[in-house]
Amino acid sequence: MNLTLKIWRQKNANDKGNMVDYQISDVSPDMSFLEMLDVLNSQLITNGDDPVAFDHDCREGICGMCSLYINGEAHGPDRGVTTCQLHMRKFKDGDTIYIEPFRAKAFPVIKDLVVDRSSFDRIQHAGGFISVNTSGNTIDANAIPVNKHDADDAFSAATCIGCGACVASCKNSSAMLFVGAKVSQFALLPQGQVEATDRVLNMVKQMDEEGFGNCTNTGACEVECPKGISLENIARMNQEYLKASLKG
Amino acid sequence: MSGIFSSSIGRKFAMALSALFLMFFILQHFAINVLSVFSENAFNEASHFMGTFWAVQYLLQPVLIFGVIFHFVMGFILEIRNNRARAISYAKNNGAANSTWMSRNMIWSGGFILVFLVIHFIDFWIPEINTKYIAGDMSGLVDPNVADSGYRYYEELVHKFEPIWRVALYCIGFIFLALHLLHGFNSAFQSIGANNKYTKGLKGFSKVYAIGIPLGFIFIALFHHFNH
Repeated sequence: MNLTLKIWRQKNANDKGNMVDYQISDVSPDMSFLEMLDVLNSQLITNGDDPVAFDHDCREGICGMCSLYINGEAHGPDRGVTTCQLHMRKFKDGDTIYIEPFRAKAFPVIKDLVVDRSSFDRIQHAGGFISVNTSGNTIDANAIPVNKHDADDAFSAATCIGCGACVASCKNSSAMLFVGAKVSQFALLPQGQVEATDRVLNMVKQMDEEGFGNCTNTGACEVECPKGISLENIARMNQEYLKASLKG
Repeated sequence: MSGIFSSSIGRKFAMALSALFLMFFILQHFAINVLSVFSENAFNEASHFMGTFWAVQYLLQPVLIFGVIFHFVMGFILEIRNNRARAISYAKNNGAANSTWMSRNMIWSGGFILVFLVIHFIDFWIPEINTKYIAGDMSGLVDPNVADSGYRYYEELVHKFEPIWRVALYCIGFIFLALHLLHGFNSAFQSIGANNKYTKGLKGFSKVYAIGIPLGFIFIALFHHFNH
């Protein structure tokens, strides 16, 4: 396959940045998207140019490190996959592919396609955990009965890998699917009840302080989420937040 | 409770509450308007009741005006805030791949509805307020000096729908209302935290409401235009 790539190039966080065109040939349909970028970078390095910086780690769709807004969609045109699981067979010979970083004020570009998603970490630090006393009197988690439906929903919410595709896809750059999932995974379980009020209030407060937009329920986040996190989690977070606000 | 409406979720909640209130009002407005198709007398009686009953005029009407203004102002504030959350736009964005046109363009459909509402207020509400509270005529009669001259409401309605340009304007206004409701109805329930086993049924009902009610208003305008 011969392709034209239009890639966002930005030297550093302070650089203005712009789209740059690259031609790449002999791309195998069996390559992953990131392998295709590896090939491009080899060419650039051979030619003495600066390689394109992009995030990646496990390349197995688990870590949530890879990002990229490909042809107008987070993680590209495929569904239920991260960019590292996207294959070049999804494109045609002669295609022009736009490759951009995830865009949001709360995800500033560090270089080229690499964005700083530490705003998600700060939201997690604000309440995305449970405090368990491990003095020796802790009840075994397996001994606490949990409704099967709740357990399944909690596990589904917990599959969120925090990649940020929800923010990137949302026209408002809202992080509510991410925060909704992180609130839900605890709100559905008995272990999460003790800190439930503070958790949702603090996480939403941090989310707002980071500069994410307001959710307008377009549902784009749910469609583009590589882990299929449901909009139900946002509704649950809204409920939890309203309950917590009335209490606190 | 303090500060709830200064948070993103609180603003969503307030927006949803005002939307639910306005959707209930539109239903009530339609229920009265549709009477004009079936019975001149029933429409006149209902209009006179709504136009003169103290609880409607002095309690519900101010709440309605507040609800309308709040919904529009909050809508524009949220849009501005949301635009600020992404300083640089994508060179290529395929929004149609993951969301409906209606959901992505609520500000535009809402903006056109606002324009329509201004015209609607100039057409009906301002003359009504002028007659009742400036001229002081609370009789509702065609001629306040003639007791058996009959109520004026039906005649005024029919007269308004004589020019084709106004009928066309109203039809366009209601098309934008339908587009707005097609996303807004379900969105309001999601915002108040209602996404459960009833959501699927609610989505079906929302389509009936979002298309049926504006279509009904269009029918009323066309009915009076072509029958008088």
